[in-house]
Amino acid sequence: MKRSRIPLYTTIAVLVFFYLPIFVLIIHSFNASRFSGSWEGFSLRWYIRLFTEREIWYALRNTLIVAFSTTVVSMVLGTIAAFALHRFNTRLQRVHYTLIYTPLVVPDILMGISLLLFFVAIGVQLGLFTIFLAHTSFCVSYVAMVVLARLQDFDFSVIEAAQDLGANWWTIAWRVLLPLLAPGIAAGGLLAFTLSIDDFVITFFVTGPGATTLPIQIYSMIKHGSPPLINALSTILLVVTFLIIWTVQHLTEDERTHENA
Amino acid sequence: MMNPRNKSFGEWLVTLPSFVWLFILFVIPTLIVFTIAFKPADPWGGIGEGWTLDTLISLGNPNYPAIIWRTIWLSLVTTVVCIALALPMGYYIARAPARWRRLLLLLTVIPFWTSFLIRIFAWKVLLHPDGYVKRALVFLRLSEEGTMLLYRSEAVLLVMVYTLLPFAILPIFAAAEKFDFRLVEAARDLGAGKLRAFRQVFIPGIQRGLLTAVLMVLIPALGMYIIPDLVGGPRSEMVGNKIAQRTFVDRNLPHASALSAGLTLAVMAPMLVVLMMQGRRREEHEVR
Repeated sequence: MKRSRIPLYTTIAVLVFFYLPIFVLIIHSFNASRFSGSWEGFSLRWYIRLFTEREIWYALRNTLIVAFSTTVVSMVLGTIAAFALHRFNTRLQRVHYTLIYTPLVVPDILMGISLLLFFVAIGVQLGLFTIFLAHTSFCVSYVAMVVLARLQDFDFSVIEAAQDLGANWWTIAWRVLLPLLAPGIAAGGLLAFTLSIDDFVITFFVTGPGATTLPIQIYSMIKHGSPPLINALSTILLVVTFLIIWTVQHLTEDERTHENA
Repeated sequence: MMNPRNKSFGEWLVTLPSFVWLFILFVIPTLIVFTIAFKPADPWGGIGEGWTLDTLISLGNPNYPAIIWRTIWLSLVTTVVCIALALPMGYYIARAPARWRRLLLLLTVIPFWTSFLIRIFAWKVLLHPDGYVKRALVFLRLSEEGTMLLYRSEAVLLVMVYTLLPFAILPIFAAAEKFDFRLVEAARDLGAGKLRAFRQVFIPGIQRGLLTAVLMVLIPALGMYIIPDLVGGPRSEMVGNKIAQRTFVDRNLPHASALSAGLTLAVMAPMLVVLMMQGRRREEHEVR
């Protein structure tokens, strides 16, 4: 039977729509001209300029401090939460699930303003620490969801076998559960890391004097700075993101081949 | 094995860490938003003593209905356009051969992972008066030299569709992947046209994924702040911009809270509708 061609054409159009702006941006990061309208030959001058901008290095340092601490804490909290959600089927877990799920759908700006008001109300100094608290609050949910998905196709007879062989809970968690869940936890952690280094809106609300992260820096460059420099910085960040996605894809693919085997 | 008391202790032990964290840093802050909406502002940008309804009354200010109305229609149009594009695309990816499916899925996920800010900036460059889109439109005589593409509602709409479209494609694809396409073929064999089979068999079959897709686009769109801030102008502001202005420009936190409380309620409305629809479907299922 002849199928409609509309789905194919839509898919092609959407992919062009998705990637054209990104390609134009990447190509222009190598443009010698200051202006986006004219091409004056290939050049790496914007990348070289980037390395001499002290503010960017400072912002990068802050971003990485926040991203690493957020990733570690949300991986621990998210994994434990996913385990609780999967293992127990009680009213408490239904409330727990709602609590984990809601931050995923609440718009950024509401999370940002509510955390700002909270920090102002209890009198915490705004800065990297408050950014870390805010980022962890939404990353826990993402990690929990990724790990929960992995637990759902997890073979629990392995745990029963370990129990029968006399392993205690601690041994089971460390020697059986954790190694088997490691790819899922790592994928969740990478998601948390990417979300943390990319977050602008929530960070903008809870940041304090001196605590500039990379997205905050990019935002002020978009508002006041020079476009070619942002093109170069964006291209570097895009490459980093592609590498992370590739790793995650690899982590999940390994699993799939195992299942088929 | 473990006795029940031990078991419930174990459950509390693994539930408490995330529960306490989110209770303190998500539930309490949300409640604070609703409380501060009833507090007066003090002249130093803080929160004053006592209780007042003045903040809520000042929301009747003639500027607001226009902004609220614009927020709603921009979000609704964004959702309709995203769904209209995501439906055929999700359908196509689900029916593609396995190798193609993986590639197409990857190509859909990449924008989802890349920085929001960078993707908005890319459009700002394209729509700039010297940018390629403008020059192409002038060349095709679709636009005049003096027309401004940036800083208007259409630009906000375009970029919102651009950033939120992956959120619509993924749930629709996930539902379409589980859909039994032989049902569509059966409908065709029984004489239904292409469009009719799509509308009356495929769409109801992926209803849950479709509802998720609507929520995933509509909710962030209602709370959008950064897109109208960067590619919009004073005449395309949304509620999110007002919240940010009240917070950073005039430092009137009670006013920002009142707006945020309203936005929270507005966001909960579509969520409740979808939850109810899903609940009803589940009941029907159980009856059968």
